[in-house]
Amino acid sequence: MRYIPHTQQDVAAMLSAIGKPDVASLFSHIPETLRTKRPLDIAALDEAALLRHVSEIAGHSRPAMESLSFLGAGLTPHHIATAVDAQLARAEWYTSYTPYQPEISQGTLQAIFEFQTIVAELFGLDVANASMYDGASAAAEAVLMARRVTGKHRALLTPGLHPQYVETIETYLSGQRDHAAEEKKIEASGRVSLEQVKKDLDAHDDVACVVVQTPNYVGVVEDLAPIAKLAHQHGALLVAVTTEPLAFGVIVPPGSVGADICVGEGIGLATPPSLGGPGVGLFAAKQDLVRQMPGRLVGETVDKHGRRGYVLTLATREQHIRRDKATSNICTNQGLIALAFTIHMCLLGKRGLQELARINLAKSEYAKAQLERLRGFSLAYSGPTFNEFALRIRGGKPALVVEKLAARGIFVGVADGENLLIAVTERHTKADIDRLLEELDGACP
Amino acid sequence: MIETRQLIHPERPIFEHGAEGRSGASLPELDVPAIDAQKHFGKLARVTLAALPEVSEVEVTRHFTRLSRWNYAIDLGLYPLGSCTMKYNPKVNERVARMPGFAGVHPQQPESTLQGALEIMWRLERVLCELGGFRRVALQPAAGAQGELCGVMMIAAHHQSQGRAPSKVLIPDSAHGTNPASCTLSSYTTVPLKTGETGIVSVDTVAQACAENPGDIAAIMMTNPSTLGLFETDLGKIAEVVHAAGGLVYMDGANFNALLGKVRPAETGVDVMHINLHKTFTTPHGGGGPGAGVVGVGATLEPYLPTPTVEKEGDRYFLDYRRAKSIGRLRSFFGNFGMFVRAYTYMRELGGPGLTLATEMAVLNANYIRARLKDVYSLAYEAPSMHEVVFTDRKLKRETSVQTLDVAKRLMDYGYHPPTIYFPLPAVTGGAGALMIEPTETETKETLDDFCDALRAIADEAKRDAEMVKQAPHQTALGRLDETRAARQPILRWRAK
Amino acid sequence: MSDVPNDLRYTKDHEWARLHGKVATIGITSFAVEQLGDITQVDLPKEGESIKKGAVFGSVESVKAVSDLFAPVSGTVVKVNDPLSDSPEYVNEDCYDEGWMVQVELKDANELEELMDAKAYQTYLQEQDHD
Repeated sequence: MRYIPHTQQDVAAMLSAIGKPDVASLFSHIPETLRTKRPLDIAALDEAALLRHVSEIAGHSRPAMESLSFLGAGLTPHHIATAVDAQLARAEWYTSYTPYQPEISQGTLQAIFEFQTIVAELFGLDVANASMYDGASAAAEAVLMARRVTGKHRALLTPGLHPQYVETIETYLSGQRDHAAEEKKIEASGRVSLEQVKKDLDAHDDVACVVVQTPNYVGVVEDLAPIAKLAHQHGALLVAVTTEPLAFGVIVPPGSVGADICVGEGIGLATPPSLGGPGVGLFAAKQDLVRQMPGRLVGETVDKHGRRGYVLTLATREQHIRRDKATSNICTNQGLIALAFTIHMCLLGKRGLQELARINLAKSEYAKAQLERLRGFSLAYSGPTFNEFALRIRGGKPALVVEKLAARGIFVGVADGENLLIAVTERHTKADIDRLLEELDGACP
Repeated sequence: MIETRQLIHPERPIFEHGAEGRSGASLPELDVPAIDAQKHFGKLARVTLAALPEVSEVEVTRHFTRLSRWNYAIDLGLYPLGSCTMKYNPKVNERVARMPGFAGVHPQQPESTLQGALEIMWRLERVLCELGGFRRVALQPAAGAQGELCGVMMIAAHHQSQGRAPSKVLIPDSAHGTNPASCTLSSYTTVPLKTGETGIVSVDTVAQACAENPGDIAAIMMTNPSTLGLFETDLGKIAEVVHAAGGLVYMDGANFNALLGKVRPAETGVDVMHINLHKTFTTPHGGGGPGAGVVGVGATLEPYLPTPTVEKEGDRYFLDYRRAKSIGRLRSFFGNFGMFVRAYTYMRELGGPGLTLATEMAVLNANYIRARLKDVYSLAYEAPSMHEVVFTDRKLKRETSVQTLDVAKRLMDYGYHPPTIYFPLPAVTGGAGALMIEPTETETKETLDDFCDALRAIADEAKRDAEMVKQAPHQTALGRLDETRAARQPILRWRAK
Repeated sequence: MSDVPNDLRYTKDHEWARLHGKVATIGITSFAVEQLGDITQVDLPKEGESIKKGAVFGSVESVKAVSDLFAPVSGTVVKVNDPLSDSPEYVNEDCYDEGWMVQVELKDANELEELMDAKAYQTYLQEQDHD
């Protein structure tokens, strides 16, 4: 076995050093009743046969990344520069562990410090952690954090929140005593109704946070400032959520308009979609909330010779020290995908990020303008969008259109009710968008 | 001593590189009309750009390549972190995970175009069931701790469906901190169980805790083998006692690498268990993640699995959202799919006999280290070791002024990553320090010998030149870091001077 | 040997208390400080809050540990050593003076009498050492 190196001589010498007659005797203290009677029934394959086997399975999918795909809905894939994967393939990154021994983990520690800086910059907040599992669990952890900070129980979930994020938050909250979550139907603009938020805040005096996604699930950019004001007037926090961090290349970051915590999903700017995981949960907050944050944090310090270096810090918040009183149970995070996100953001850079965001906006606006003219289609919501929008099919069933287009090699998503969800990015040429137009023209009843 | 010195470049933060106006981006020319973002978004437009670096691709590549060289890694040497199972991560796994049919699929594609991805998930679940004796395995949890949360929530859902609301979970003091933290997330109170002198959780301790909390025991969470590297020999009887008290048995499967082909946990009374694919099944640790914390269940908890599950009907695979009693969703989409692909690839390469051999050799290696070091370092427990062995620094501290932390730091000078230190808690009572060593099966005898020689040499150095050991590491690019300063005045991001 | 000033009263959890009139100043002993190592964070109640003898009223943290603070007496917090929030090192540097934690107006002056005096605390520390 190529990964298990011992020769028979090695085993014999080691057993003799241990003072045991055979390998079986190393297990003889396990009570007979607890040992399994049946050997494992799993067939082994050599590397060539293994590659044949898994390639065949892989061939049974039709990857969106090799098709004309307008899928987004929480994961909008962007082109990731080849230089990113070239780094991820370096063993020093992917075969290292959590940097508990800083003297020989400075690479990972400094990369996380840079990741924290980039996430904080992007969201317009003071501090970010070393990553969460994904955007949805990050949103759930943000709600739990808001409960700790405010001492209140209720989470006001606004209607533009990704449905899977709502489900995840509800799962996490279901384990808590005194929890409640409120959600409402979406407005014609596709935006949160300020009146509704005010009504809900007035109706309950136990609201810990208002959770708003921007751009929201149907692509509409929310106006966070007045919601933040309302939340703060009622002693609640504003938790901003995003599944498309690229939007903050052109729209105002949540932190600068009053969000106390901002979380998001970064996979679309880090790696290929890989069926949605592993991704990377982004988590940033205001400075004064840092001790209530979940997850690992890297801080700058000096070594004994006074040279700049980095360590995991403020660890007393975490499970391995505070156990049942920890801010979260999280331990393993999404370090490698956080690294990919960091490298890609560095490659894009200050102006590249803005430029990429502008390209996305222009392509999406072009697609919107064209699609709106198609017979039988209209834009579902009137609010401003970034690179994704909901398209209403009059009297049509979006699921049927999705299947019909898939059969023609084009992927589009379903938003809600009669609406398709279409994400248009830098990966689409004008010709790609025109092709979508043509195919949709024939797809409407 | 391994000679580890090499040319290493000091590397400033990326924000201190580059020049205004430089970029490493490759962006397409606009082939549609431009939109003025300021006009389009009005007051919602971003005015101040995010202060990202302005660097070329060459600068980015050098920066991260240089940084990577400041990391220790499995591919550089032995990484004997106890309870972390730092075994070799096969290269073929990486190749398979990057196949377009796996990496390139989007979670919102129609099922008919996702058959291969669903097939891998379905097959992985079957192999995991075969290994653990489970009925079903939930693939969704992103890591061990989320697997624990998933398991504990299913336990709570089970009790609720029985019209019961027990409030306590029994947890041995040797457990990972994630166990009690996961219970808190489900509003359970934890009752710590003392492992006592032997390190084994005795059925009597459990019976007493059950008797003291009549009708109030929701579950016991046991790690097996425990974090002390010991097989919980009373587990069968403990399961009976806990079940009789109305509770369920959760097994933390962090140490499953010690059991493949030897023990199927579901056959030992375990109702639910998470498995870290990034430990036992070679998916890379990635400097802290991603992992995958899949959760196996028996019949009792099957109704409560998170949704969706992957099912097969004829030749067709599909996602099933119909599970009325499900605890719901723990994250977006379907789990860390890229890790499923890697773990499945590994399992199929080794097959049943190979996986069994992996366990046997992992246990052999730990016991070999134990035999080679027990006269110099103090064994924390006399009971036979499984895949890892825990030593304390009692003897060392008696004879010298050197402690565990110093030994760990000095090991770096010898070219090794230190073992897990100051854990598990029962081994560090009374001010002792613990060294928790897990070599895994992928290391050669020569490597283990060299490593043991290094630890023996350090014990010797501690007697001859304690001060030198206490100042270690000496060969690393940075010396010991000031963690107190980092915590007292936290600097958590780069800022322009 | 740890420093144990004569004019203070002590608890088994290694807190000290000093009385002036009806107000007791509370801190942790040098033995506790040695056990904790470099202190990085001190969490204390707010002025006006009441604390209860034997109950947790705050915590001190080092890099890798958290220890609860147990109230030696019951009463109302009248003053908090605010500088500790920015300079927790005062506790390491001078735990009996600059590193004090809270001042409490006593509910029952007799409670203080129930605590160990310096001699008893020293004996207690010696016993601990032999365990």
